Amino acid sequence: MRKQDNTITWDTFSEGLWRENPVFAMLLGMCPVLAVTNSAINALAMGVATTFVLLASGVLISLLRRQIPKQVRIATYIVIIATFVTIVDYAIQAISLDLYNALGAFIQLIVVNCMILGRAEAYASKNRPLKAFVNALGMGAGFTFALLCLGVVREVLGAGKLFGVDLFGPQFEPWVVMVLPAGGFIVLGAWLLLFEWFKQRKAQSESDAVVEVR
Amino acid sequence: MNYESLSFIFLNAVLANNFVLALFLGLCPFLGVSGKLNTAVPMGLATMFVMLVSSVCAYGINIVLVGLDIEFLRLIAYIVVIASAVQLVEMTLKKFSPGLFRALGIFLPLITTNCAILGLALFQTFKEYDFLQSLVYALGAGTGFILAIMLMAGMREKLELSNLPSVTQGAAVSLMLGGLLSLSFMGFAGLGGQ
Repeated sequence: MRKQDNTITWDTFSEGLWRENPVFAMLLGMCPVLAVTNSAINALAMGVATTFVLLASGVLISLLRRQIPKQVRIATYIVIIATFVTIVDYAIQAISLDLYNALGAFIQLIVVNCMILGRAEAYASKNRPLKAFVNALGMGAGFTFALLCLGVVREVLGAGKLFGVDLFGPQFEPWVVMVLPAGGFIVLGAWLLLFEWFKQRKAQSESDAVVEVR
Repeated sequence: MNYESLSFIFLNAVLANNFVLALFLGLCPFLGVSGKLNTAVPMGLATMFVMLVSSVCAYGINIVLVGLDIEFLRLIAYIVVIASAVQLVEMTLKKFSPGLFRALGIFLPLITTNCAILGLALFQTFKEYDFLQSLVYALGAGTGFILAIMLMAGMREKLELSNLPSVTQGAAVSLMLGGLLSLSFMGFAGLGGQ
C-alpha cells in the first residue's frame, strides 16, 4: 500500500483560501465567477452552493477512492457531482424562488465547474475523507471569498447598493456597465492586477532583503 | 409561447447573446486556448461540432425524460450524453482523420467540461425549442463561440509584440481585453430586441 501523509494541518485548509485560491491564483471555474457576481447576495449564494457540492462530492469520492476503477474515474466523478448539483438545484428552488430565477442555469452548470472536477481528481481521490473534507472547505471558502470580492465591487459601483441596501442615496448615478457582462471581465482583471502587484512587491522586497544580508 | 423565427434565433445566439461575451459560457477555453489563431480556430470548430451533436441528443433525451416523468435526471443524463458524444467524436476523428485528431490533441477531451455545451443543452430545454430551432440555436452558439475566440486570439497575437508593464502580463490583460470585446458586443443588443 502506498504511504500517505494523513496529518491535517492548518495548511490543508488555508491553501485554498489564499496561495492556491481557485479563482485568483488558478483561474478555475471562471464561468460562474463572472456570470452571477452582479450582486453580492447572488455571489454569496453561488459560493455556498458550490462549496456544498465541493464538500459532498469530495467526501464521497474520497470514501469510494479504492472502489472506483481507474479507467472510468472521470465519468464516475461527473455522475457523483451531477447528483449533488441536482440536490442543490432542487433545494434552492424550494428555499427561494427569487434566488433560483436570479442564478438561472448557473446552478446546474456547477457540474461543469472545472474546479470541482479538478479537486476530485487531484485531491479527493488521493486522500482520506477527513482531509479531503478540510481541503474542500478551504477551497470552497476561497471560492466564495473571490465571488464576494467581485460581487461587492460590482454591486456598489453598478447599482449603488450592498446586499440590496442603498448606500449613497438618490443622488448617486450608477455605473451601469459594472453590472453588465463587460463589467465582470473588467473587475476581475482589476483584481488580478492588484494581486499581481502585491506579489511583485513582495518578491521585490524579498530580493532587496537578500542583498542587504550580503 | 410565441414561435421565434430561425434567423432570429441564429443572430441572437451569434451576436446579441453571444455565449462567451454576454452569457459567460465556455470561458475556460476562451482564456486558455486563445493564445494563437491556429489553435483557436480548430478548437472553435470542434466545439461547434460537439454542440451540434449534443444538441440533437439532448433534444431526443428530453422527450424520453418528459415521457417517463423523470425530469430530475435531466442534468445527469445530459452530462453523460455530452461526455459520450465527445468520446464518440474523438474515436471517429481518430479513425477517419488522424491529421485533424493530432491537431486538436488535448483540447478534444476537455470539451466535455466546456460549460457552453451543457449550457446550450439546458437553454434549449428551458426555451422549449423544437428540433429545427434547437439545431439552429446550436449552430448560432457555435458560430458565436468561433467568432469570439478568433477575435480574442487575433488581439492577443498583436499584444505579444507590444510593450506591457510587468504587472499586466498574464491573465489580467486578457480579461481586460475580454471586457472591451464584451463592451463592443453590447452594441448588438438592439438586434435581438429581447
